[in-house]
Order: sequence, then C-alpha cells, then structure tokens
Amino acid sequence: MTYVIVGSCIKDDSCIEVCPVDCIHPKPGAPDFETAEQLYIDPAVCIDCDACVEACPVDAIYAEPEIPDKYDYALDLNGLFFGEKSTAERTAR
Amino acid sequence: MTARAHSPRVAIVGAGPAGAFAASCLLRARGDAEVDLFERLPTPWGLLRGGVAPDHQEIKRLEDTFDRQTLKRGCRFLGNVEVGVDITHAELMSHYTAVIYATGAQTDKSLGIPGEDLPGSWAATEFVAWYNGHPDYRDLEFDLSARRAVVIGNGNVAADVTRILTLSADELQRTDIADHALEALRESNLEEVVVLGRRGPAQAAFTSAELRELGHLDGVDLRVDAAEIELDDVSQRWLADKGSFTARTNVQLLREFAARPQRSDAGRRILLRFLRSPAQIRGGGRVEAIDVRRNELVRADDGMLRARAADEDVETIDCGLVLRSVGYRAVPLPDVPFDERSFVLPNARGRVLASGGGPLSGVYAVGWIKRGPTGILGTNKRDAEETVTCLVEDLAAEALPEPVSGGREQIDALLAERKPGVVTVDGWRAIARQELERGRSERRPRVKLASREELLDVAARAAPSPAGAGA
Repeated sequence: MTYVIVGSCIKDDSCIEVCPVDCIHPKPGAPDFETAEQLYIDPAVCIDCDACVEACPVDAIYAEPEIPDKYDYALDLNGLFFGEKSTAERTAR
Repeated sequence: MTARAHSPRVAIVGAGPAGAFAASCLLRARGDAEVDLFERLPTPWGLLRGGVAPDHQEIKRLEDTFDRQTLKRGCRFLGNVEVGVDITHAELMSHYTAVIYATGAQTDKSLGIPGEDLPGSWAATEFVAWYNGHPDYRDLEFDLSARRAVVIGNGNVAADVTRILTLSADELQRTDIADHALEALRESNLEEVVVLGRRGPAQAAFTSAELRELGHLDGVDLRVDAAEIELDDVSQRWLADKGSFTARTNVQLLREFAARPQRSDAGRRILLRFLRSPAQIRGGGRVEAIDVRRNELVRADDGMLRARAADEDVETIDCGLVLRSVGYRAVPLPDVPFDERSFVLPNARGRVLASGGGPLSGVYAVGWIKRGPTGILGTNKRDAEETVTCLVEDLAAEALPEPVSGGREQIDALLAERKPGVVTVDGWRAIARQELERGRSERRPRVKLASREELLDVAARAAPSPAGAGA
C-alpha cells in the first residue's frame, strides 16, 4: 500500500517536515520544485505511517484504499512522477 | 533572545495567506512578539476566502490552520482598517518596531486591445470577487443572457471562472458561492464557454488538476480540436528537454479529451482553443463578438517560446461576455518605495529597500507584493519564512529602534479616533459563526455575509469596543 497526494495539495511543506522516510518530493530547493503543481509520495518508499495525513492542512493526502473517486487518477500520477524521474536520472547518467 | 526592554511590536498589513503565514512564522520564531494583522476588509484570509473557488472547499480548510497559528496565539486582527487611508505608514512606523507589507497584487493586467472596456468585458478577478462575496463587488451585474462567453487566458483563474460559468445551479448550491451570484447564475443562458490560450497546449499554465477537473464536470462537454493540440517541432523539443511534469501531463490529458466522443447529454460545453490571441472586442454599446488571430510559436533569444501572429486572418466569435484572465499586477502603496518595472516593493529577501538601495529600516514585504504574482498558497509559507528570518535577525542585531509611541493602548486609541467599526477577532468570530450557522441550515459549507453593512453590523454586535479584543 501507499499514501497518495491529490490535486488539492497547496505545496505547503508540512508533510515533508514530518515524513520519517523522506518519500515526499519535490523538496524545496530541488530543481523541479518551483514548477511542481503539487507534492507527490513515492509509493516504493512510503511506509504508511499516517504522519503526513495528520500534518496536511487541507486534507490532500489519502491512504490508497480511501482515495475518493474524484481523485482516482492520483495513485497513478504519484507513481508516474517518480517513474519519470528515475528515467530522467538514468538518462542523465 | 535579545536584551530589549520591550517585546517587539509588529504590524502586518494584509491578512491574506502571505500575511497569515508571516504572522504564524513570526510567532513561532519570536514568542514574545506582539503581532497586529491589519486588513482592509472586515474579514481575514484574503484570497483564501475571496479567491479560491467556492467548489474547492477542501483548500479553504487552510483557514483552520491560519486561525490556530495566528489569532489563537494572540495575534490581533484589525479588520476594516485601510493602511494609507485610515492610518498612515508613518503612524505605523511610530507605533511598531517593524511593519510587514503583505498587500498582494490588487489589479489585473490589461490586454491593450480595442474594445477591452466595453460593457460585458470584465477582468476575471472581478467575476471571482463577485461570486466569492467580496463586499466591494456585490453590486456588479454580469449579463449572462448570451449563449456564449469567452475566457481569455490559460491559468487557474481562467479554469476557475470557466467552471463556475458551466457548473449547474444544483452543484453551485452545495458550495459557499455568494447568494447574489447563485441567483444570477441560476438564470444564466450560457451554453458555451470558449477559453483562449495565446500559446500551445504544452505552455498552458493550468495545473493538470484544474485541467482534468474541466474535463470531468457533470453535464458539461469539454471539446478540444485535435488539430489545435498537435505539437509543433519547437514545442515537442521544448517539452522533452525543459517541459515540467505538469506540462507533459497536460498534453497527455488534452490528447485524451480530443479523442473522446462528443457527449450528447451535455447541457453546456467548454471549448479550449490554443494558439489564439484576441485582437479586438467588438460591439455597439456592449460586447457582441471578439476577433481572434492565430499564433505560431517562435523560440526567442532567451530560449523562451513566444507567440506571434501566424497570418493576417481574423476569426470572429460571437459572445456576450468576455472575462480577461492574463495576470495580476500590484499597485503602489502610499509612502513606501515601489518598483514600477517589476510591480513589487523593491526588496532583498523581504527587507524593503530605500531608493538609495540600502534597507529601509523596519519595513518588510511578503507574498505577491514582494515576489510578484507567482506560486500557489504554500509558496507563501517559504516566502514568509525568508522575510521573518530577516526580521528576526534584525531584531537580534538590535538594528531596529524602539517605536516612539507606547503600546497597544495607544494604537487602539488612535484607531478608535480614526475609524469607527474596526473589526476585531471577536467581531470576525461572530461573522464566521453566523455564516456557518446559516450554512448548516441550508446544507451548505457556509452562507457568506456579502455586504459591508451586514458584516460590520454582525461584528459590532459582538465586539463594541476595539480595545476590548485580542490577546
């Protein structure tokens, strides 16, 4: 399982501050931070600890089984963000 | 901590998200600071209340965080006070150790085309302020009798107004849209909203979340011409090399939308057009049509892709309403330096600079008036941290002189003399309570009090004396 950030994210970084495994990106200062419309959770790293859900001021984070229908795209989108990233990093090497 | 005799007193001008994040950050960094949040309106939270679309209630939950981190920690709210009118910059400087301007960007950029000022052509932000119950805009009359409206621009404000124009009255009824707007939109004859983007699909400034939402509205068909979203060579290369994750997601979404079959059950239609610039708004006495030109993209010397007219052809689109959404612009503030080229307060990391280039002691900026109208809500948090860090450094270095005037009693006395009807935190809580109660009885998130008189009346009954409120 994983947690997922949906499109109502305001890019307040409260979740990044509390994540114990550093799985929420991009982080302030990263090259793609300013152009990112929201933050994303890396499903391969997330440990389902719930800390980010508690921290989010706009309730934009859901556990995978609880994602509302209108955000059903969000699971794929979070994964895709990291999928693209690793492709780009591989190409850059 | 410093050896100052008195706690630092800080005035923040503007209670929008930037001001709120600054107050929160300052109270965290300097627990001894006395913070007063000045606001021109009787209500706090700026564009969170008056900008964020009413069908995006989840984002409005941020106000609970603002409340918890500011007003509930002793930060005072001084609403219905306009700095520069009711109290001057010099007076603030004599009462406070520091002043942080968080006044945002209050006007719209203009298109600079003929017919822009015809009745029926509006800044999209006027429409936003109207439907969100901003008391200064409630009497505007938007003519929704025509069958087609044109929205100019491809950002999230353009997406918001397009949604509000096309959502059914039943859906709007479930939001906290202002009652006067709900009534007017219920009678709307609009069938189609055309959204014009100057550049191509890869450059659209919509977030993919807003674009996706436009394509999934109940009873609304979103149409995109497949030919118009085909990427030219420069865009293709740009998207692969420099394009953001959002830009790639947007292009993918638009391809999906273009491939969808037309919906026969839709009562309304959104038509997204790309590479189109308005040339002229036409009409005898009011908006009747808009002329648009086709653009092509060229790579400028700075590497940016810019739009330029592709040919002399003009397409005329009949419409009765035009909403212009091509960006915000800040306005100068009385007695504070202003950068007329960048439309911000000249500043270094939030320290406002005097005309000579050195810091203007005790004056700071945060939010759009500091960095220009960019970024989303959360951007203001990091922006506020930068400004507050400067302020806290200056306090620690004892670089800021003690204000000549005494404490909060003197400020309150001055305000009482200048401005009847200052809205304090108690007044605001009475407003919020009434709005939420009315909302509960109508099964809506809240029902906004949308006239200044009503707002001030409810606030006054809760808090007769401005000096009685606060910490």
